[in-house]
Parts: sequence; structure tokens; C-alpha cells
Amino acid sequence: MEILNALVALSNFVLIPAIAYGSQLALGALGVTLIYGILRFSNFAHGDTMAIGTMVTILATWGLQALGVSLGPLPTALLAIPVGIAGAALLVLGTDRLVYRFYREQKAKPVILVIVSMGVMFIYNGITRFIIGPDDQNFADGERFLITAREFKEMTGLKEGLALKTTQGITVITAVLVVALLFWFLNHTRTGKSMRAYSDNEDLALLSGINPERVVMVTWLIVAALATVAGTLYGLDKSFKPFTYFQLLLPVFASAVVGGIGSPLGAIAGGFVIAFSEVGITYAWKKVLVYLMPESLEPSGLVQLLSTDYKFAVSFVILIIVLLFRPTGLFRGQSI
Amino acid sequence: MRTAGLFALVAALILGTGFLQSWNSALIILNMGLVSAIMALGVNLQWGLAGLFNVGVMGFVALGGLAVVLTAEAPVPEAWAAGGPRILGALLLGVATIAASALAWKRLPRGRRGWAVAALSIGGFFLYRAVLDPAVDAVEAVNPAATGYLGGLGLPVLLAWPVGGLLAAGVAWLIGKTALGLRSDYLAIATLGIAEIIIAVMKNEDWLARGVKNVIGLPRPLPYEIDLQNDPGFVERAAGLGLDPTTASTLYVKLGYSLLFTAVLVIVLVLAQLALNSPWGRMMRAIRDNEEAAEAMGKDVTARHLQIFILGSVLCGMAGAMMTTLDGQLTPSSYQPLRYTFLIWVMVIVGGSGNNLGAVLGGFLIWFLWVQVEPMGQWLMAAVTSGMAEGSWLKGHLLDSVQHMRLLTMGVILLLVLRFAPRGLLPER
Repeated sequence: MEILNALVALSNFVLIPAIAYGSQLALGALGVTLIYGILRFSNFAHGDTMAIGTMVTILATWGLQALGVSLGPLPTALLAIPVGIAGAALLVLGTDRLVYRFYREQKAKPVILVIVSMGVMFIYNGITRFIIGPDDQNFADGERFLITAREFKEMTGLKEGLALKTTQGITVITAVLVVALLFWFLNHTRTGKSMRAYSDNEDLALLSGINPERVVMVTWLIVAALATVAGTLYGLDKSFKPFTYFQLLLPVFASAVVGGIGSPLGAIAGGFVIAFSEVGITYAWKKVLVYLMPESLEPSGLVQLLSTDYKFAVSFVILIIVLLFRPTGLFRGQSI
Repeated sequence: MRTAGLFALVAALILGTGFLQSWNSALIILNMGLVSAIMALGVNLQWGLAGLFNVGVMGFVALGGLAVVLTAEAPVPEAWAAGGPRILGALLLGVATIAASALAWKRLPRGRRGWAVAALSIGGFFLYRAVLDPAVDAVEAVNPAATGYLGGLGLPVLLAWPVGGLLAAGVAWLIGKTALGLRSDYLAIATLGIAEIIIAVMKNEDWLARGVKNVIGLPRPLPYEIDLQNDPGFVERAAGLGLDPTTASTLYVKLGYSLLFTAVLVIVLVLAQLALNSPWGRMMRAIRDNEEAAEAMGKDVTARHLQIFILGSVLCGMAGAMMTTLDGQLTPSSYQPLRYTFLIWVMVIVGGSGNNLGAVLGGFLIWFLWVQVEPMGQWLMAAVTSGMAEGSWLKGHLLDSVQHMRLLTMGVILLLVLRFAPRGLLPER
């Protein structure tokens, strides 16, 4: 019984939140890693791309709600995601046409493109704040929980409750679907294969007749979709605030680097490594430990390794450890 | 010629503010412009001279601010008695743990050293927390409304400026040691992270500098306005110039800061120019332009990068200390990456990377725009919305969003300069 209670507490406070957060980070990191692989620069505007995609989704959600459309128990935002993706896609394709293409033709150094992406970040950030404002927006509707803590306790008779938020369930299911779709696309379609070829060896890909502009365009479309889905899931799960999305840049980059930048599989692994460490290190373990330890050894403090304010420190420390001991990441990504 | 013209333009802009708005606003812009110019010089050393991409400027600036509190604030004896030595002991313990782990990693044979290092660092961490936590609780319990922290050393506030540089140097060394010599954008990501962590520490460690409760009323190197107003001699002299005592005292203090900051800027600029034209500066540029060739000539690229990364960070730390002195308070929540990291980058790029005078010019010009875009935007929006119905939703929304115009403007300026004048207003010679 005690062990079951400990397991339930662990799932409730660590495993489920970390899996949901990890899926969101993995989707974000996939976007960063794809841009790195194809366009060969670290995109500092990625957090704000996520913010813009989410913002369009929120606006569309409000529109649908005003029309009285709803998905019943599911959040209306799921219906609005395609609109968000379209908005983000238009924006990044426009940005590419107006800004990035020029430097690609010049064969500018990657670091110049990083600075350019910083300027783009400023503009996206300004647009987001201009349209929706810098404040918190809560746009989740529908049923809040799949299982509430009380129902779970009544069902099982355990002392600990297990709450499963609808948004957490949706996050995991959507992430699995999106990732499966992405890998199928990369491995089984002509365009996906040409993307991988272009990422592996640009010159060879060009020689075999791959149209680089088309590869770049498809990449941006995929990135816009990934960023919007990641941003919307994060916003549903927590809440939407432009500055938080800017701050997500750090864990997202950390995930991509830890997994091996340029490697899609690595981005997913990295996302979960970062999420589990972040949640695990900032969680107060007392609740779990009281069930496992004999009464005499029960911890007196909270057994929290770091306060939650330091969650960024966790992604950072993992990043540093990986940089020190395995600079190409867990999955041996590219390096320049 | 171009240099003189552009600097004259900036002077005219600031003087124009003085004539059209008020001399107080003009001096506020000038003072922050001077501080921004020093930050821009620091970033220019790193980027313009060595091609290092530091996006953690905010962290180094904040460390400078912390230095002001640690140096100039009076110590809190009760807090020291409650847990000061224990906190210091805990910090030493933390450093010792890291040092021991690093040593173990170097000295022990391969194979089991991973476990040894892990055991050392995890054990050390728990020991560190066991000593630190009760001491922190004790210190923070001492009159939390007014103090609740250890205070500083009670030294003259001007001393905080070099101390800010030293703190920044320490952190820069740590970061440089790990991230330099790897891919160029790893340094960017590492600095982005360390800046966030520095701010998180300053917000949460109340025993250090009161966290989000802020430290206000920091000591100043200049007299207080109110004392000047009560000084009959000063009031008389002000009257002689045709100024009322209140205005005269505020102008006097601001001018004092301007002089102090100008002195620092001139010293830094002269040193930076000498360095740029010295054999060392030529070596740096050679490394920047072709690392392989420089390495083949026997230059230690990573060590030189570390050196210049630290130097640039020192300037940012110093400027941060100067800024906090000017504000007279430390508010950790006011440090925003867009304002303190990316804006400095816009200054360097617009001014002309690789050119010290360009960085200074960019510092003044972009700071002026950052301050003045808002009133200009308000005026523009008022013009745009003048035809709209009074009280309509769109009109209200547009007028409210004016404050976000700044970010948009800065982004557009950065992209335009990068595209059409990638070498900046004052290109490197």
C-alpha cells in the first residue's frame, strides 16, 4: 500500500507533469534542430515564433467561442490550431523571403544569421505585444480534468490522489501524433528525403538536383507547424504570456544541444532529459519519501534540491555538463 | 569627417531634447547614453575585435549592480551575528566541492572516476545545503521589512565600479572556460543561460541583496538634492544663474554624474583604442579573420578568446555598477534581456562593429531612440487614430500598444542596418 501510494504521488507530481512538459520541449527543440540542420543557424526567434503561432491560435479560439463553436470536453483551441499554423507559416515564409534569403544567397557566416534572427526576434516580440499585449491569457476551456484527485482516491481507495489534466493528455497524444507524422515525412516521402540529404551534405544534394529553395520552404512550413503546436500545448497546459515564451528559448535550446543539435531523435530525447531533470530537481520529495521510509527516518525538511525559481539553472547545468563531456550531444549531432 | 558629423548629430539630438523638453530629460538621456556606450564598448571588444557572441550582457550588468550593494551598503551586524560566517563557510564549502570534483576528474584514473566525481559532488551539495539553509533562514529573519540581508562592506560607492568589473570577470572566466573553443553558437546559448541564472539568484537569494524586496537608497558619490536645497550658499548661486533651487539641485546632481561617467568613458575609450592599434589588437583581429592561420602561427586561440571575453565582460560589469549607482537602487526584476542584452547588441551593430567610436556612437544614438520612440509613437498613433470614432475599441487598443513600438522599431533598425550597411554607421578601418 505504502509503495503504491508513493508511486501514485510520484506519478502525480513528477512523472505526468514532466512527460507533458517534455513533449512540449521536444516539439520546440525539433523546430530549432530542423532549422539548424537545413538553414545552419541557431534561430533565436524560435521562442517568439511559438508565441506568434499561439497568439493566432488564441485569437481564432476567441473567434470560435464567440460563434458558439466548441469541442465539448476538449479545448476549442484544438480546432483553432490550423489557423495558428497558417498564421505562423505566413509570417516565417514572409520573414524568410524578406530577411533570411538575402543572407543565404550571400553565403553569410552562421553567426551573422544568428544576429539577424535576433532582429527578427525583436520584431516578432513587438508584434505579439502589439496585438495581444504582454499580459497572461488563459484560453483553455472544456473539461479541466480527465481524472480528478478525488475520483481517483474513491476509485482506488488509496490515500494519494492522481489528477490527470485534459491538457496533459492532449499534449502527449498530440506530440506523439506530430512526431510520428514528422518522422514518416522525413523518412518516406521524396521531399523529406531530400531534406535529409540537404542537411547531410549540401553540395552533394545540390548536385543531385534538389531545389534548395523548396527544401527551405518546406522546412519553414514544418517549423511553423511544430512551433505553433508546441506553443499552443504549452499555453493550454500553463498559460500564455509572451515573456514566458521568450524564456522557453533556453530549455528548448538546451534540449536541442543535449540531444545533439541537428538530430531530430536527439531533440526528443533532449526534451525529456531536460523536463525530467527540471521537474525532478525542483520537486519537494518529502511527499514521496514519507511512504517509502520507516517513520524514524522520515525527512524533516521538504527534500527539495532547488527551489522552483531555479528551474532555468537546471537546464543550464545539464547543458554545461553535456558541453564539457560530450560537445556533440547524446546523439552525435552536427557541429561547425 | 563622418565621425565628427555623426557625433555632432547625436549632440544636437540631446541638446534639442534640452531645448524642446527639459534639461533634466536631456541629462537623463546623456547619463544613460554614457553608461550604454561603455556597455557597447565591452560588447564591441568581444564581437568586433574577436568575433565572440555574448548574449548574456544582462547578467554581467546585473552583477555590477549587485557589486554596488555588496560594496557600498552598510553591513547589518545583527544579520552577520545570526549567520554571516556560516553562509561564508557554506559558500567556501561549495567552492571546495567543485574544486575537489574537478581535481578528482583530472587525477583519478579512467574507469571509476565518474562515480567518484558524482559521489563527491552530490555529497558536497547536500553538505552545502545543510550548512547554508539554516544560516540563510537566520539571516533573513533579522528584521525582514528593513534588512533581512547581510548588507555590504560599507566602502565608498565609487569603489563598487571596479568591484562590479571583478565580479563580472569571475563569472566570465567560468563561462569562457567551458564554452569557448566549442562551436560559436554554444557560447551564445551558454551566456544566455548564465544571464538568466544570475538574475534568478539575485531575485531569490534574499540574504544576498534582499531579492525582489529591492535595496533602495544606495549611497551616492554626490550630494543629495534636498541637502543642496537647504544649503544657502547653493541657493544663492542658483539664483545668480536665474534658476530656482529645485531645478538647480537636480541639474547639479545629474551634471555631476555626467562628469563622472564621461571621465570613465574617456579612460575606457582611450585604453580600447590603444589596445585596438597595438600588436595585441592586430593579433586579435588576425584570429577573428582566420582562426586556422592564427593557430598555425602559434597563437593560442582559445586562451586569447578567454582573455578578451573577460575584458569585455568587465566593461559590462563596470557599466552595470555605474547604472545602479545612478539609479540609487537595485531592483533585480527590472533586468530584462531585451533591454540589457539585445539592445546593447543593436547599439554595437548600428554603430559599427570593430570600431570603438562606432560603439560609443551607437550607444548614444540607440539609447536616444529607445527613449524617444515612445513619445514619437504616441504622436504618430494620435495622428493615425485621429479620424477614428472616439472611444472605439481599435483606437483604444492602438493608443495602448504604443509602448510596444520600441521593440518593433529596434528590430527594424537592426535588420535594416544589417542588410544595407552591414559594417555599421562608422565602419571598421
